Amino acid sequence: MSTTIADSTTSGRAQGTPPSRRRKGGLEAGQPRQAFWLVLPTLLLLTVVIVYPLVKAIIMSFQKDSGLDPASGLFVEGGSAGLSNYKHWLLQQCNVAGGGTIPCPAGSLGSQFYDALWVTLFFTVATVVIEIVLGLWFATIMNRTFRGRGLVRAAILIPWAIPTAVTAKLWLFIFAFDGIANHLLGFVGINPLLWTGDAWPARFAVIIADVWKTTPFMALLILAGLQIISADVYEAAAIDGASKWQTFRRITLPMIKVPLMVAVLFRTLDVLRIFDLPWILTQGGGGNGHATSTLSILVINQIRTGFNSASALSTIVFLIIAFAAFLFIKFGGADVVQRPPTVSKPGGRRPFWRRSTTPADPSTDVAADVPATVGK
Amino acid sequence: MAQQRLRRGILPACLGVAALTVLSACGGGSSAGGGSGGTDATTTARGPITFVTGKDNSNVWAPTIQKWNSAHPTEKVTLKEQTDSADQQLDDIVQNMQAQNASYDIVTVDVVWTAQFAAKGWLVPLKGAFALDTSKLLKPTVAAATYNGTLYAAPFASDGGLLYYRKDLVPNPPKTLDEMWSMCSIAKAKGIGCYAGQFSKYEGLTVNAAEAMNTYGGKIVDDKGKATVDSPESAKGLQMLADHYKNGDIPKEAVTYTEEPGRIAFEAGKLLFHRNWPYVYNLAKTEGSSTVKDTFGVAPLPGVTGPGASSLGGHSEAITKFSKFKATAFDFLKFIEEDAQQKFFMEQGSLAPVVESIYSDSALVAKYPYLPTLLTSIQNAVPRPVTPFYSAVTKAIEDNSYAAIKGDKPVAQALKDMNSAITAASAG
Repeated sequence: MSTTIADSTTSGRAQGTPPSRRRKGGLEAGQPRQAFWLVLPTLLLLTVVIVYPLVKAIIMSFQKDSGLDPASGLFVEGGSAGLSNYKHWLLQQCNVAGGGTIPCPAGSLGSQFYDALWVTLFFTVATVVIEIVLGLWFATIMNRTFRGRGLVRAAILIPWAIPTAVTAKLWLFIFAFDGIANHLLGFVGINPLLWTGDAWPARFAVIIADVWKTTPFMALLILAGLQIISADVYEAAAIDGASKWQTFRRITLPMIKVPLMVAVLFRTLDVLRIFDLPWILTQGGGGNGHATSTLSILVINQIRTGFNSASALSTIVFLIIAFAAFLFIKFGGADVVQRPPTVSKPGGRRPFWRRSTTPADPSTDVAADVPATVGK
Repeated sequence: MAQQRLRRGILPACLGVAALTVLSACGGGSSAGGGSGGTDATTTARGPITFVTGKDNSNVWAPTIQKWNSAHPTEKVTLKEQTDSADQQLDDIVQNMQAQNASYDIVTVDVVWTAQFAAKGWLVPLKGAFALDTSKLLKPTVAAATYNGTLYAAPFASDGGLLYYRKDLVPNPPKTLDEMWSMCSIAKAKGIGCYAGQFSKYEGLTVNAAEAMNTYGGKIVDDKGKATVDSPESAKGLQMLADHYKNGDIPKEAVTYTEEPGRIAFEAGKLLFHRNWPYVYNLAKTEGSSTVKDTFGVAPLPGVTGPGASSLGGHSEAITKFSKFKATAFDFLKFIEEDAQQKFFMEQGSLAPVVESIYSDSALVAKYPYLPTLLTSIQNAVPRPVTPFYSAVTKAIEDNSYAAIKGDKPVAQALKDMNSAITAASAG
């Protein structure tokens, strides 16, 4: 993280910083110990519900799934697997009877890992990008004052309030062969599509349904960001003769960057583990039989076949998602933990607008004029 | 900051993982198998038991259990209903068996789960003291409950595919597949689809693809569970579906059909022939939206020269290894195989009996005219692959036959992939 952020955080929080740091001894001397006991129950709970399953899954991923003893026809424990479960997924090695491995044949779950990975990443990029654009648009609409705003806000939020399973069923009917989607296509002279059968229509069906459902979430978080931008700022920009685009780029975008990045982070992590929507819409099918199988669908399918191998896969998925989250927090500025989006403080502008850390030409930089107004 | 936190967390976690892995590796080797029945005290013990089954939508179990309970006040049976989703039922049984739950005395087993449960050693083999008289039962239902030559479950209800057809358009139903496909010109003239089964990518596709391949004499796995699907016979069956999908005899949307969309299309008059289960009969006869109430008939599935090989559906009842009162459980199994109960299941829930003689019961046939047809279907039925790795095997069949039918993959390649995927699945 750049020094600017650290500086501004300290200055921004000057009043709220625990005094114990500056004052040694005194009334708050016992605070750290007290804090430890207050935090302990939470830590224990987290250990039970997060650390234990995680560690257990990792342990299981290093064990072989039970195999069949050809003589008795009964299952016997597989023993230690070393890295073979991970090799199975990452290097596409499938076991053959009597030891040894072959490249996983089509139709085996092992062969679908990379397909599932790309499909999941594709879903993530496509839905999040569309949701950002639509979310910004919706949020801008909701942020305006006009007659019937309450109604519009409610209408935009409804999809988010509907459970995903219900959403998926709704879209399943819409995308049925004689459903509404194909009727609408018929009006513009396009032959009916196999929405849940062919590869690309099935993928777009998932994307459309997901965007429909989760854009309100994005819009809501962006709206929260928009609402804390003072009208004075826009007024000042207008007086300075900033164009609409300049106002958006230099004022709106920097001011909503934190809520926007948090929303993008949440959505990205959400889509990376998407299961219910494609599962209900297509059972992961389409095209060659697994065109909409995401990583989570693959995990669930594998659980029915072998727990230990599924543990290896879910550990891989966990690492992928953790890595994505790390990238976001490190480079994307989606700092969820350290700095809650409290923008309205004086000077709070700086960290959100990375570019302004390099001195800009005041004559062209509209934002550079803003602090005079904001700082009051 | 974030990095520090991460580093601090990773090291102990790694140590912990390493330590625990070593521990569990050393402590491994406890066998999951070994459910050879044995002669412990629970074999002859009697007492209250629990009966586990999927959601009892047609209310057959409550009255049946009540009947049993009033006759056996000291050996009462308690009903435990699961959800009505087969996948969830499977997960529920697997979890309870792994937890060695003694209150799961009798579990209801879908025909395709028998091998897996038996191989895990969770089911009590029905031999010796628990030998079940299967002479009255339909042979395919017994075969589906048998693993490695041993019967592990008592068939409770069966199911077989039927060919629903429009008798206003084809007075005599086709006996062979060639005959059926030649009648497709009638459908074409009417502007409706000719034939559809369940070709969406799910368990129903395994059922339909297996029927096509079995009808031509193909075998998915042999008696030892070895993959044998890559054969000229299977190729003929799968090729037939692919060809007729390509030429439009099977409508384009059929690859999205599960049971219900197919039934709805048939009832709306959009299909000439439709392969589905017996439950469709009553609905097509009575449902308000059905346009074919008086114009449809039922026939056995067409085959190469005679009836085709239906995939067998249905459920069996099995005693778990963890039950404390196995003698009572076994008596209850015998109780549900009795004619009175079997007839009740048919009348109350339209569940196909497993006792052959009931299909010729004149009162029942008068009420359910499709019974003799269903008997033919079940007699010619082939169980789906009996293998402990069923979930992986069915996945291999689904994925590859789906691609083959849609024309995304040549049939020969699909069967080759299917074969090696089944082989890989069986290697664990």
